[in-house]
Amino acid sequence: MNAVDSAHLGARPRTALPTTQQRSDGFAIAGRIAIYATLIAFALFFLAPLVVMLVTSLKPADEIRSGTFLALPVAPTLEAWSKAWTSACVGVNCIGVAPFYLNTFLITVPATVLSTLIGAINGYALTQVEFRGSRFIYGLLMLGCFTPYQGVMIPVARTLGFLDLAGSLSGLVLIHTIYGVCFTTMFFRNYFLDVPKELTRAARVDGAGFFQIFFAIMLPMSLPIMVVTVIWQFTSIWNDFLFGVAFTTGENAPIMVALNNIVNSSTGEREYNVDMAAALLAALPTIVIYVLAGKYFIRGLMAGSVKG
Amino acid sequence: MATLAIRNVTKNYGDLEVLRGINIDADDGEFLVLLGPSGCGKSTLLNAIAGLEAISGGDILIDGSIVTGLEPRERDIAMVFQSYALYPTMSVRKNIEFGMRVRGVPPGERRAAVEKVAQTLQLSSLLDRKPSQLSGGQRQRVAMGRALVREPKVFLFDEPLSNLDAKLRIEMRAEIKRLHQNLETTIVYVTHDQIEAMTLATKVVVMRGGVVQQVGRPQDIYDRPANLYVAGFIGSPPMNFIPADLTVEGERIQARIARNGAAPVAIDVGPITADRAVLAGREVILGVRPEALTEAGEAVRPGKVAIDATIEILEPTGADTFAVISLGGAAVTARCHPRAFHSRGPARFELDTASVLIFDPGSERRID
Repeated sequence: MNAVDSAHLGARPRTALPTTQQRSDGFAIAGRIAIYATLIAFALFFLAPLVVMLVTSLKPADEIRSGTFLALPVAPTLEAWSKAWTSACVGVNCIGVAPFYLNTFLITVPATVLSTLIGAINGYALTQVEFRGSRFIYGLLMLGCFTPYQGVMIPVARTLGFLDLAGSLSGLVLIHTIYGVCFTTMFFRNYFLDVPKELTRAARVDGAGFFQIFFAIMLPMSLPIMVVTVIWQFTSIWNDFLFGVAFTTGENAPIMVALNNIVNSSTGEREYNVDMAAALLAALPTIVIYVLAGKYFIRGLMAGSVKG
Repeated sequence: MATLAIRNVTKNYGDLEVLRGINIDADDGEFLVLLGPSGCGKSTLLNAIAGLEAISGGDILIDGSIVTGLEPRERDIAMVFQSYALYPTMSVRKNIEFGMRVRGVPPGERRAAVEKVAQTLQLSSLLDRKPSQLSGGQRQRVAMGRALVREPKVFLFDEPLSNLDAKLRIEMRAEIKRLHQNLETTIVYVTHDQIEAMTLATKVVVMRGGVVQQVGRPQDIYDRPANLYVAGFIGSPPMNFIPADLTVEGERIQARIARNGAAPVAIDVGPITADRAVLAGREVILGVRPEALTEAGEAVRPGKVAIDATIEILEPTGADTFAVISLGGAAVTARCHPRAFHSRGPARFELDTASVLIFDPGSERRID
């Protein structure tokens, strides 16, 4: 006790009374324990489903039948993963999730790139170029953020039919791009709002035109918000089920629709391990992208919210 | 190298008139300073010259040809902005050569031009840095380099020194002056700092509320301000304004400053003129620069009038000591020798009558 006290006194101003010091230290430690306990409890609560999925996907079928679902696999195997990837039955075709993976990339990547680029141009035009009605146009675009998917299903179906894109991957790219532009415009507009107007003016005096200013100056500046937008668009398009199930059929289905079909097309015994492996495979790209770019995500979301 | 002419330029935002019939001429090689408080329209006028803001009426001519409807890049101008407006993702070199790249200047030429400008502005060692790695003064020089490399007909400066600390501001001021003396290019420079205007300009335009108050050489504006506004804006400490009565004494005009419990001070302000005769018998405002009022010697010198007064405040500044006295109901500042007074109390001053200006309190104009 004496040793602790003298250590404290050495480190802190001597004016503090030892008794108060001890009491507040006690409170601080207790508070810390409470905080960590709560955080760990919540982390376990939220991680539990993931753990169950992972554990189940690594078990052979008979182990799932015999054990509890939290029990660790006795003889872990990647069989379910390989089956989910190559030969699980999606409806009547037993071809695994692999081809649908490719589909989803073919939808998600172009739609993400296009909507991000258009959002960036919109945000730049809405903040740096003075024109009549810019606020009104921004208001209209914001309306798009609040429109639920379900409300536009029939018009979208008619439009895709009219454009001869019904059931195609390009059709989904188009819808996701249009739907995404509202959000990407909002992100970029709020980011560019803090960019001083003198920058655009200086570039105009230097002789640069609208697109030269955009590509040479504004776009390179917007890296943090671009990361946010890409993550946002990638995850929401990758995770989309409604547009996918409504506007594609059979082999053109995106991953989330295929996953649903795998789970629903079990003949005989339900292969939980394969379902779980497929679900984890489906979630993998979004997890990877968050891990890789997560710190930019937080930084980008904060950017512009606090004036420096 | 070019002349600049501004003809009857107006600018409205809806009902708000920001510029009201501006007329200015700048000769080739002129250093034109637009001076005024914030909101006087000086920056708007500069942006209009740059082509960054459209004007509502009138014309702007560079080198005799009308540029009113042209884009900034077609006007052959370069501009230095208050916030420097350096492109944050580009290195200093890229910043300086951006304009040349846009115009398609070949790389060899670009490199040579950048090197030359970098040498002039001592930026050679900083060319590969990003703007965020530079100090305020260095950023300022990069911004100037970006303008300089263009070799434009007219340079435009928008309060370029207002973001620098006091010491650096004086250094950069001298650097800009040296630059102008070497390049002999026409410069339009916006500032609210009258010292900058005095030190840099070959011609000052004092603006207020979108109206030009006076155009002239710095010394002329200092010595003979057109109205009370200009008189009060230029000079530090500002000109003293003292109420007085104007009377005709024979062939000459006399101004009398009333004094509490003492005989009025009579000042001979020169022969009768037509304009001044109109004001005879009325109250006017005398404009007296602090340096026109100093401590009196043993005897009152010719052309001076002695004034006995009580020093209320003494403000030593090192080079001068300012003594504040009460005269004609106004607090009046006298610029005195630093060793003239050491304490407050009664003292004798002398006023240089030849430099006393007379203003009409109604129209606020200077009356000669």
